[in-house]
Amino acid sequence: MNQAALKVENLTIAYHKKPVVEDVSFEVPEGNLIGIIGPNGAGKSTLIKGILELIPKISGQITIKGSTYKTMRKSIGYVPQRESVDWDFPTNALDVVMMGRYGHLGWLRRPGKSERQKGMECLEKVGMAEYANRQISQLSGGQQQRIFLARALAQEADIYFMDEPFVGVDAATEKAIIQLLMELKEKGKTVLVVHHDLSTVKEYFDWTMLLNKKVMKIGPTEEVFIPEYLQATYGGRLAILSDTKSGLLLK
Amino acid sequence: MQCIRVFLIVRKMTLIGDAISHSVLPGIVLAFLITGTRDSVPMLIGAAALGLLTVFLIQLFQSSGVQSDAAIGIVFTSLFATGIVLVSLYTQQIDFDLEHVLYGEIAYTPWNTMTIAGIEAGPKAVWIVGSCFILNLILIFLFFKQFKLVSFDPSLAAAMGIPVLFFHYLLMSLISLTTVASFDSVGSILVVGMLIIPAATAYLLSDRLSLMILVSIGVGVLSSIIGYYSATILDASISGCMVGSAAILFGLAFLFSPSHGLVSLLLKRRKSKESHA
Repeated sequence: MNQAALKVENLTIAYHKKPVVEDVSFEVPEGNLIGIIGPNGAGKSTLIKGILELIPKISGQITIKGSTYKTMRKSIGYVPQRESVDWDFPTNALDVVMMGRYGHLGWLRRPGKSERQKGMECLEKVGMAEYANRQISQLSGGQQQRIFLARALAQEADIYFMDEPFVGVDAATEKAIIQLLMELKEKGKTVLVVHHDLSTVKEYFDWTMLLNKKVMKIGPTEEVFIPEYLQATYGGRLAILSDTKSGLLLK
Repeated sequence: MQCIRVFLIVRKMTLIGDAISHSVLPGIVLAFLITGTRDSVPMLIGAAALGLLTVFLIQLFQSSGVQSDAAIGIVFTSLFATGIVLVSLYTQQIDFDLEHVLYGEIAYTPWNTMTIAGIEAGPKAVWIVGSCFILNLILIFLFFKQFKLVSFDPSLAAAMGIPVLFFHYLLMSLISLTTVASFDSVGSILVVGMLIIPAATAYLLSDRLSLMILVSIGVGVLSSIIGYYSATILDASISGCMVGSAAILFGLAFLFSPSHGLVSLLLKRRKSKESHA
């Protein structure tokens, strides 16, 4: 069997002694686009942050391609929520994208010509090359999200964690982002995406994780994204219009 | 000196700079009481230690649910009060002037000279502030990318394995050191002005972090020069005039900055109105 891209065993994370993510175990195979969905407060972002060791965990073991997280850091890309940073920071789009290379530079090397070149390539991939020298506060929400995505591309990772990349972006950006994510998948990369919009899950993700403090279900979307499991995850608070083809869901 | 201050502005931590500049007082007094001299090195160490303690306490309170500005207010006023009590209790008979700590007097610095190996080496304050400046410059030059990423996006920095907390405390130690080094010249109240105003001015004038640092240094130097000469003409407090001229430069930038300025915004608005008409 293929080695799992990501293996999480018995992960528990708590804020102020209240468990937010409880005894979570799952495995993700390589080369998949995985949507993490669940109600508000289900611990979706917390799960990602816990895996990346951004917040302390109470227990749990993270294995990436059979090795520990620390040794695999360079092969991990991360896109935090867009609102988590200050967009008035005095810098331009290209500079933000180049930050994606910092992890590869080590302690003392400074970003130079090759980082600049790589940064421009990544900006081109997200269709933002002409905005390279634009101050980041002057970009729209969708453009800022593209910059974040370009920065993740610059990390040249094998596994990507993205925290709500579709929040507050225009339809064109959403389409551009999902296209890029699918390209990453084609190249054998694994992409985990915290996602809110249930109506696009079937269209976007080949695997789905249903999360509500615990992993309710994980697997191929067609097996997991069914009314029975969704109701269990959302505690019966979903109205499901079963007659529509896409299985449109309303909260 | 200015280079370190820019990071306070971009991290929205100007109040912490303010807090540090006050709460280092007990550190200075304790260093003075322990060593019995007004030698600068132990004072700098004492102050830096208190600066770190300040930051640590503020973070401790914040993480246990106290509002962030309340946490800053509580920590620095209580430490400053401790300092004042120490000064009034133990240093009555000795040459340790609270007024000097609070307001400084840059005019006396040329007479407070230092000798190295028997050779007259110039004003002591210049040496202290100068070496502090060089230390800041070296560390920021070496770790510019870390400081930048930790300031802009700490969670990505942490995910990349950059020790975020280490750089946070390194920055705070540099700020404590710099603040105390400038103490002797301008005093603890006006040092805050020099800590924040030039960097805030640079923030209005530049859209790159590295450029912002250079502009901030320029504004700092310029306001010192203008302040010094206007003080000699007016026969007024030099440090007061320096901070005053920094404030005037900030006002000019606020009005006339090409990207953020009030006047250019009004002009732009009028232009877009005309084109719509």
